[in-house]
Order: sequence, then C-alpha cells, then structure tokens
Amino acid sequence: MNKTLTCIECPMGCEITVEEEGGVVKNVSGNSCPRGKAYAESETVCPKRVVTSTVRAESGEMVPVKTNKPVKKDEIFKVMEIIRKTKCHLPVQIGEVLVKNISGDADLIVSGNV
Amino acid sequence: MFDVIVIGGGVIGGLVLRELTKYDLRAALLEKENDVCMGASKANSGIVHAGFDAAPDTLKAKFNVLGNKMMPQVCRELGVKYKNNGSLVVAFSEEDVKTINALKVRGEKNGVEGLEIVDKTRLREMEKNVSDEAVAALYAKTGGIVCPYELTIAAIGNAMDNGAELFTDFEVTGITKQSDIFTVSSAEGKSVEGRVVINCAGLASGRIASLVGDDYIKIKDRKGEYILLDRESGDFVNHTLFFTPTRLGKGILVTQTADNNILLGPTAEEGNSNTATSADGLSFVIEKARKMCKNLPLFNTITSFAGVRAYSDKHDFIIEESKNMKGLIHCAGIESPGLTASPAIAEYVAETLVGGMLPMKKNGGFNGNRKPDYFFKNLSMEEKNEVIKRDSSYGKIVCRCEQITEGEILRAIRENPPAKDIDGVKRRTRAGMGRCQGGFCQPYVAELIAKEQNKPLYEITKSGEGSYLLTGVTK
Amino acid sequence: MKTNYDIVIIGGGPAGLAAAVSAYDNGARDILIVEREQKLGGILNQCVHNGFGLTRFKESLSGPEYAARFVAEVRVRNIEVWLQTTVLSLSVDKKVTVINAEIGVAVLQAKAVILAMGCRERSRGALNIAGTRPAGIYSAGTAQKYVNIKGYMPGRRVVILGSGDIGLIMARRMTLEGAKVLAVCEIMPYSSGLKRNIVQCLNDFDIPLYLNHTITKIEGEKRVTGVVVSAVDENKQPIKGTEMHFDCDTVLFSVGLIPENELTKGAGITLSPKTRGAEVSQTRETSVEGIFACGNVLQVHDLVDFVSEEAETAGRYAAAYVLGGKKQGESVAVKNGANIAYVCPQRVDKGAGGNVKLFFRVTGTFKNCTVTAKCGDTALVRKKKKIAVPGEMENLLIPQEKLAGASGEITVALEAENE
Repeated sequence: MNKTLTCIECPMGCEITVEEEGGVVKNVSGNSCPRGKAYAESETVCPKRVVTSTVRAESGEMVPVKTNKPVKKDEIFKVMEIIRKTKCHLPVQIGEVLVKNISGDADLIVSGNV
Repeated sequence: MFDVIVIGGGVIGGLVLRELTKYDLRAALLEKENDVCMGASKANSGIVHAGFDAAPDTLKAKFNVLGNKMMPQVCRELGVKYKNNGSLVVAFSEEDVKTINALKVRGEKNGVEGLEIVDKTRLREMEKNVSDEAVAALYAKTGGIVCPYELTIAAIGNAMDNGAELFTDFEVTGITKQSDIFTVSSAEGKSVEGRVVINCAGLASGRIASLVGDDYIKIKDRKGEYILLDRESGDFVNHTLFFTPTRLGKGILVTQTADNNILLGPTAEEGNSNTATSADGLSFVIEKARKMCKNLPLFNTITSFAGVRAYSDKHDFIIEESKNMKGLIHCAGIESPGLTASPAIAEYVAETLVGGMLPMKKNGGFNGNRKPDYFFKNLSMEEKNEVIKRDSSYGKIVCRCEQITEGEILRAIRENPPAKDIDGVKRRTRAGMGRCQGGFCQPYVAELIAKEQNKPLYEITKSGEGSYLLTGVTK
Repeated sequence: MKTNYDIVIIGGGPAGLAAAVSAYDNGARDILIVEREQKLGGILNQCVHNGFGLTRFKESLSGPEYAARFVAEVRVRNIEVWLQTTVLSLSVDKKVTVINAEIGVAVLQAKAVILAMGCRERSRGALNIAGTRPAGIYSAGTAQKYVNIKGYMPGRRVVILGSGDIGLIMARRMTLEGAKVLAVCEIMPYSSGLKRNIVQCLNDFDIPLYLNHTITKIEGEKRVTGVVVSAVDENKQPIKGTEMHFDCDTVLFSVGLIPENELTKGAGITLSPKTRGAEVSQTRETSVEGIFACGNVLQVHDLVDFVSEEAETAGRYAAAYVLGGKKQGESVAVKNGANIAYVCPQRVDKGAGGNVKLFFRVTGTFKNCTVTAKCGDTALVRKKKKIAVPGEMENLLIPQEKLAGASGEITVALEAENE
C-alpha cells in the first residue's frame, strides 16, 4: 500500500511516498535526505506523539503536564481522558510523575513549576 | 412614585436626568439594555459642533450654539475629556469655496463666534497632512471634541449620586395615565409611576411616541461605520476635518478624539439599524479619508465599528409636549448636532418644560461635580503616589496599552452606574480600548468582575445576556 | 529605597532572563529585572506545548520548562527581580519610571537599559474584517491564556484565521480539550508556521487548512454564530462567489505579532519600519547609547532559542558598556537587497569586534538560492540554501576579518535560481 506524507524535518516539507506491506516499509521515495527517510518510516510503522496539556490542582490552579515519551498517535485522546480526571496538590516541581504508565511505558509528568 | 420618569439612557436622557436632580424631584431613568449608553451615544463622532451647519431659526441651530458654549463647563464638572481643537470645513473646488463662505454667513447668523476662512497656505500650516488638493477651509475656533460615552455615563452616574434611580433591562412597552399619574410598564410586567414622563429613547423615541398615539413622530435610522487609529498616530490631524457639504451629502470626517486617537467616518446608510460593519462601508471610509488627507497611517488601525443615529422626517429636533397626552415630553429626532446640543436641551427640558408642569424647588444638596480617577495616568507622580497610598490597587496596571489600573476598574464596577461586564468596564475606564484591543487585559478584567459580582468566571459576559466569554472549564 | 542600578532590564520573559544572566556572567552585578506579571517567564508560562529548546538544549521542552532553566540561573546569581511592576516610561537619559502596589510610582536611574518587553498580537480590529462585534473573538494568545493558565474554554466550535505557529498550536490545544476546530484559514499561499506544527497540530486531527482564504464576515449579535470565509486573489482581495459559511461560536486570530515598542518610542529611539523594533547594531545597542534591545521587542523570532542567544549578546554588551564605558564606534549600515524583507542588525559597529551574525527574512519561497552580503561589489559572504521561506528567520555569519575591509554599507540579497 502506498502512503504519502509531508516531511517535518526541515522547511522543505518534502512530499514523501512510502510503500508499505503488512506494517513493513518496502520503499521510501520523494525524500531529499536520510532524515526524511527515517521520519517516513517511523510515521508509517507506528506514529507517536508527545501529549502536552494541563492538570487542575485541587486548589484550582492549572499545572502544565506532558508525557515523558511519545505515545501512540491513536491513543492521544485516551491519554487526554486520563489527564482530565487527574488531580494534584501544589506545589509541584518539573519532572514529578503524576500518572505512571499513562500509555505504554510513558508517564505523565509535570512540565512547569507551580 | 416618581416625579419624573426619563425613558432612555443616552446622552439626552442622561443630561436631562442630571438636570432634574438639581431640583427637589424624584427622578428615574428607564433603560432597555443592561447598561446605559448603549445606542447612538456610544458610537458617534464625538464632535462638539460650532453651529454653522444648522439652518437659522431651527431648534438645531439654537441648541447647538448654546450647547457648544455649555459643553466645557459640563465636562469640567463631570470630569469628562473635552478638547477645544477647532474644526475645519475643507474646500476642494471653487464651488466648495462658495459653500464655505455661505456656511460662514449662516454660522454668524446662528451666533457662532470666530469663524474664519483660511487659505491654502494657512491650512497647510494648521494641518500638515491635509490633501494637496485642498484649496481653502472654513475654520471654526469653537469646534471641539468630547468623549460621548464618558459624558453620558458620567451624567447618569452624577444624577444617581444626587438621588436619581436607574432601572436597566426595562424596555418600555406601555404608557398609561390615570388621574394625572403615569404608569410606565415593560413587557415583563415591571412598572413605575410618575407625574411627568420624558421620552429620550433615541432610535425608539418614535415607538415610544406611538404608545400614546403620537404617530406624527416618525423616526428613521441611519448607520455609520468608523475606523479608529491608534494614539500613536494621534497627531496625524489636530482639528476636526469635514468635507464641504454638497448635494450628495456631507462625506466623512477625519478627527482626533478626546482620547487622542484618530477617527475616520462615518458612512451614512439609511434604514439600517444593525451595528455590523461592511467591507464596502469600510472601503468607502478609507477612500474618503485618503481624499481628505495624505499619509493616512492605516497600519495603525486598531478597530472599526458602526453606530446608528436616529433622525426624524422633520430634520429638526422635536422637543415638545405630547399632543395626545399632557405631561409627556418628547425629545426625539435628536440627530447631529445632538451631542453638542445635549446640555442646552437638558436645561431647556428641565427648566422650561418640566418647570411648566411641576413645582421646581432647588435641591440644596446637589453636587454637580464628579471626581473621576480615570485620568490616573495623567496625574503627577506625587498625586499617583497619594492615590496608591490610599488604595494599593492603583499600583497595579491591568490594561497596559492605556495604562489603566486595577483601582480604576474596581471603581467602575462599584460606582454609579455600575459596570456589569467587559464592555461596561471598557467604556468607563478604556481598559481594552488600546492597540491590543483587550488581548492582554480581558482575562484580568473578567476576573475582577467575577470577584466583585461573586460569580464564576464563565458567567461573565462581554455585553449583556448571551454574550458569554467562555463556554466552561477545561477540566 | 535603592533607585540606582547599573542595568535595568525591562521584561522578565525569555529575553530579559537570558540578558540578565549574560550581563552577570560578563561582570555586571548591579542588575534589576522589572516584570509586570507575578511570575518570571513571560509568555512561555502559557506555552505548555513542547518543542522549545531543540537548538539550545537538544531537548524538546515545554515553555515553562524552558523558562524554569533560565529562572534557576537568575536565582543562583541572586539577580534582583521586581514582580508585578510595570514600567510606565523610559527616558533617553535612562530614567525608568515604574509602578507597583507596594512602592507606588518611582523613578529608577540606570546606567544601561535592556529592552525585553516582547510583542503583542495583532487584533481583529487591525484587519478591518467586516461584521458584528460579539463575544467569542479572541487572539490565539488570549485563548491560550484562558485555556492553559485559567483553565477555561473560550468556545466549542472554532474557526482560526492565520496559520502562524500560535494559531496551529491552539488548533490542537482546543481540539485536545474537546472543542471542534472547523478550519484554519490563511490569506497567504503558504503557512508561516513550522511544518512540524502543520502536521502534528492540523493533519493529525484532520483539521482543514485553507490557503489563500480569509474571513470576510463575522456574524452574531451577542456571541459569534458564524463566519464567512472567502478565497482571495493574488492581491489578497476576496473573490466573489467563493464564500463558504461556517457555523461556529469562536473565532481565533493568529495574524501576526508586533513588537511592543511604546516605551522605546517614548525614549526617542529610532525604530525600523520593517521590524517595528529598534534599529540596532550587532551589539543590540539601539540608537541611544547604553540602551539595548533583544528578543521579540526587537524582531519577532520563530524560536525562543534564538531569543535567548540574542539576549545574551545584548546582556554581554550592556555589561561591557557599564563596566568599560564602551562608546558606539564607527558603524556601517546594513541594507536589504533583492528578495530580503529585513535584516537585523541594521548597522554594524566596526569597533565592537568579533564575527557578526545577520538575521533576515526573505520575501517569498525560494528554492536553490544564494544569499550574499556585499559591500559595494565585494562579496563578504555567500551562502547557498536549498530552501528559504518567509516563515523561517535565516542568518548569515560575516567573519571579523571580512568586516575590517568593509568601508561602505553592506547589502544582503538573495539570488534565486527558480522561484
């Protein structure tokens, strides 16, 4: 199956075509550099994203949070559901884990001192 | 039971109300919106006309010239920004020159002092950005500018401080009279009683008149669109520049405002009472402004808006007792120069018309002065420090563009007539009126209102019911 | 109360923080940061998304994380900070008038001033978009503040005008928090946002991007009820008959940033009409000796990493100025040549020493192009580029030895092989 995507590695924004079969990348074309190839492969096999959002502290303030590793793209909204229900007590420090293994082995951590 | 009920919280209603509180009268003001100054008085040019425009022997001419003379004093008392910047009617052709000469004669007949024709050279000296095509101008030294919503709000606030009562969200749908007592009622069944009723309802003054069968008062609406430029361009022009009126109309004006912005407009669209701007209207304003001036700093545009003016088919003010119901006074069709005329109209209505109906005893406790702190940024350092020492909230800048403090915003929410929402605070303090248009300060202002009104933030509105700022919490 | 400082830094965002640390590390000690908010960090505090620091730290940080690193550096050095303090005015002789609730209004005398006030967003009003003026119209940054700092939703059905990075980031942010983003409209034929953001903020969530489109009308009396979006021609004029209607309750504007230079103007400092920031030399010194500018108040940057770098330059030279009384040397002007929208710095101080990095933006999209800096007919430096786009700030390094011979003005130009 052929899939086209826009490379995000640099402003060129190459339109890359990936030939894929059963989750295995057979061929990548349209890229102008090796970074483009690597990007296209990972986007095809298992696209992942870091999720960033906020958690409401018990006292009402908003605490910036993020996943400490990228999570599967199709699990973003599942992660958001958990974030929505998560609470914390102030003060919090950057790096504090709020939810262990929120998706796969990624944790939800504090990303701003409040 | 009130002695006098004023319908309509615009500049006419406001100044009439204030005038009434100079006497021992119980006065009430009925306003259909949730705040005062929501109609023509909040979105107009803010010009204090000299008085050469109106035909001699009209009410317009009479009250314009009088009002022009009264305005500086009224503004001083109420702490409202007024500037005697002078106006120029700019001529672009020989035909125009004839017209401005005729205007000069007419003005002198109306009693306008200090009118003068200035030539091309002098005009250039007076206004560096006036178009190269301009050939002469009629200079009126007595022309001025005033902040129209500040004037309206201050007049009503001062009247309330002197005992008048304000009823907002009161849309009058019925006026009846039984044994010399009026009952003025709203659709929801609210009602107030009074001995005299004054119709100052602006666009709705025709509808109010028809409630008592005065169908001869026919009010039409005319929309005007404006473009406002940042204070940074405040010295682009110094005077108010008018086009010479032609058979095709008066054209737009280019003027400084009382707050040192530059205002371009208005268009004149008949029979349109919505306040949406249009692409065509705004292009027209730009095209005309470019005809009047060169180097137009449009990059400094901060907003555009539209207002609706009411006028009557008689093309003169209607200020008289109802033909059908004694004790009801109409102030209708108060189109331009109504703002200028407002102090004179108010005095006439109170002294002469109400004075002919009710016994008038001076109110010894009347205090016409209103001490605003909305000029905080213009105070000296010592004065500012005194204010901050008394109340530290004045040490906190909320609106950075206009340098408006928390103290000023809190006062606007607390004092008469209290601001209820974002736009109410904006009209009273200028917070959100600057170049970022509230981008930075709106959340702060909303929080201050929420705190003062003891409401959650998402219940705060921009301008009355339904204009909610937020749809809820994120989580 | 102490009112004399060697260096007063106006603004405690990324530029002010980096400038303070750099000034300290270059020998200055008597430094004050004046910040109007109750927390250092500036706009970074509301940028909870990641992607900050990729150049500087080789890590993808959130805005607050990036800010925290610099705040820690400021704290470690015990640099004085006044929070909730607004600067009311600045004079040419470096008197800084400040206001806060505790001290009231005070005038500080600085030997050097670093301007680090950042920028503001262009508002709806600046665009003269026709229609009503109901609630529900926000600049993207205001919406971001409501969502990320206050925890409130500005609306449920959203149309965004402008595809700058803040607009794209807010498209994703609103979507994640449960809103429906119906469209992002961009009047230009290209987005000024990063490719990464187009893919990860729009494509990931199937949010359509309409290039060459703008909002031509806003509807709704009390709250926004809809917008009309039209295609535009090459002169950016709406094309009749292309109108699309969207039912929405919210419109977000992400239509450009403007340096906040009101204080700068008040001090009589020369501004560039191109950047709308001060004209500076490579030391980031403005036309007024001893007043420096850096970050988004000087030129609007795409990446905070470069803000920090620029602020460090300003901090270093401000320190040199107060310690050594360094005066402005002989300078040559830097001009924009073909296909260049602006260059910053606008002049090169030949006495300052060191290499000079010229930052610039191009006027369109160019592939396989060459950028040159010339003095007369002599090319000082030449750089080939695979691609240059207006959305990405570019730079050109002129080595010190090349500068020594430059006697007249320097022109930066781009030659395109194909467009």
